[in-house]
Amino acid sequence: MSRLVYDLAHSRSGDKGNTSNVAVIAYNDEAWKILKKHLTADRVMKAYAHLIQGPVMRYEIESLKALNFVLENALAGGVTRSLRQDPHGKTLSSIVLSIELPQED
Amino acid sequence: MHSKSTSFSVRIGTGAGMADDRIEPAVQLLQTGQLNYMVCECLAERTIAREALNRINAPEKGYTPMLEQRIRALSPLLREKGVRLVTNMGAANPVGAAHVIQREARQVGVQDLSCAAVIGDDVLEKLQKHPELQLLDGSQQLESLLPRLASANAYLGADVVKQALATGADVVVTGRVADPSLFLGVAMYHHDWSYDDFPRLAAGTIAGHLLECSTQLTGGYFADPGKKEVPRLAHLSYPYADISFNGDVTVGKVEGTGGRIDRMTCTEQALYEIHNPSHYITPDCVMDLMHLNFEEESIDRVRVLNARAKERTSSYKVVVGYFDGYIGVGEVSYAGINALARAQLAAQVVQERFAMEGGVTSELQIDFIGISSLHGNPNDGTRVNPYEVRLRIAARCPDKKSANLLGEHVRQLNMQGPAAAGGPVNFGAKEIIAVNSVLIPREWVKTEVVYFGALA
Repeated sequence: MSRLVYDLAHSRSGDKGNTSNVAVIAYNDEAWKILKKHLTADRVMKAYAHLIQGPVMRYEIESLKALNFVLENALAGGVTRSLRQDPHGKTLSSIVLSIELPQED
Repeated sequence: MHSKSTSFSVRIGTGAGMADDRIEPAVQLLQTGQLNYMVCECLAERTIAREALNRINAPEKGYTPMLEQRIRALSPLLREKGVRLVTNMGAANPVGAAHVIQREARQVGVQDLSCAAVIGDDVLEKLQKHPELQLLDGSQQLESLLPRLASANAYLGADVVKQALATGADVVVTGRVADPSLFLGVAMYHHDWSYDDFPRLAAGTIAGHLLECSTQLTGGYFADPGKKEVPRLAHLSYPYADISFNGDVTVGKVEGTGGRIDRMTCTEQALYEIHNPSHYITPDCVMDLMHLNFEEESIDRVRVLNARAKERTSSYKVVVGYFDGYIGVGEVSYAGINALARAQLAAQVVQERFAMEGGVTSELQIDFIGISSLHGNPNDGTRVNPYEVRLRIAARCPDKKSANLLGEHVRQLNMQGPAAAGGPVNFGAKEIIAVNSVLIPREWVKTEVVYFGALA
């Protein structure tokens, strides 16, 4: 099995004020085990470090096989005042999907 | 046939999930969805501030811009099918919107549409006396924004929606009401649920949360060709929820429509704009999604299981809109050999000329579309030179003149910048109304329902 998050999970991002949330939802039980172990808040913070100030919080929702990452200070001041082309951060889910996880279990 | 008379469930359909959402799927859902109620959610965070300003110049305005168009398209079907409408399209002027709704309905042959307007969300005057309130975004107090304040509206809850429906009005029009509360209010009214019955409030709230963004539940914001397919994406339909007296919730779309609704779409939308999933605060309750689950009942229907809720908080969240200067934006493209270097030179030239001619800015953003405009640049050498690049420059300016000046300099690059500049555009100066929020005690908010009977 590949270890690109893209092959293990699907994702959607949303916004509230200057905070973005990125939900990562496993395709199956095996993928869920890998994500729970390796897709840490630290690893996610590193992938977004050039774009957000953080911190990043991580929540596990076992019943949905989903991780919810809350990225604080992520939207350059928030939807209403950001100078960015994507002020809502609607494209931010694509970053988590391109993270490569380590091969070991 | 009408489901109202044949079922213990109430069926609520989404008619819009944002101010400029499509109207056609709402028409289709009314025609074929056997709805009891339709909810149109049309207010983004800053919409009310914008409309409050419009109302200064035109006191009868201040409702959402597509109100007339939506009522003309929907009201004949609402009447024909016996469906009642709940909407926050009143924005900064729910009473004015009620008049417009009745007038527009009459123009398309619906003579006797009654309307109930919900007022009381506007707390601007109250907040002006409380500079000590702590802003939720950042570390400052409300005082720092008071001179620039444009609007302040509390997110009202489902109780006032229930109260408005109890007038018997065909249409309930509100200003700021929390999105899921519009739906929960319908279920509370229809089933006469108590406002302290938290298992049922959880059911109505999760249904509203799933439905409030229209097609985001039925295949919108989802497709990734080759990986996550959405059948007939051009024909996406709006969703509905069936909510039983006991709080069983099933979401669905009309059989045979485009898009998809299943565990995957529902899970993405359930977590959309959620922070701590065990503590999702609405005006009505604090929802706990830690045990949430979905069960695919058929190709077009999904059961929603195990949403829980705790006692609501003692405060209302208020979104405050304030003037925040102007933003100017300009764009221009380069292609072929050395395209990126020319775009970078162009960015330098614009900045120099802008400063030379007295342009003032507090924050400047330079993007290379195709390289760094969405996800920034990690500077790890992974972003190779593209064949084409579009330069985008944006600046925050205290004055309109500076904001416009920036875009002008980008616009003039075709003759006065690096070689071979294509498609230069000045997007002009945009006045910015930014938002922040505060919490206030519930007692500060006095809501009222104003009923407008059928026109004679």
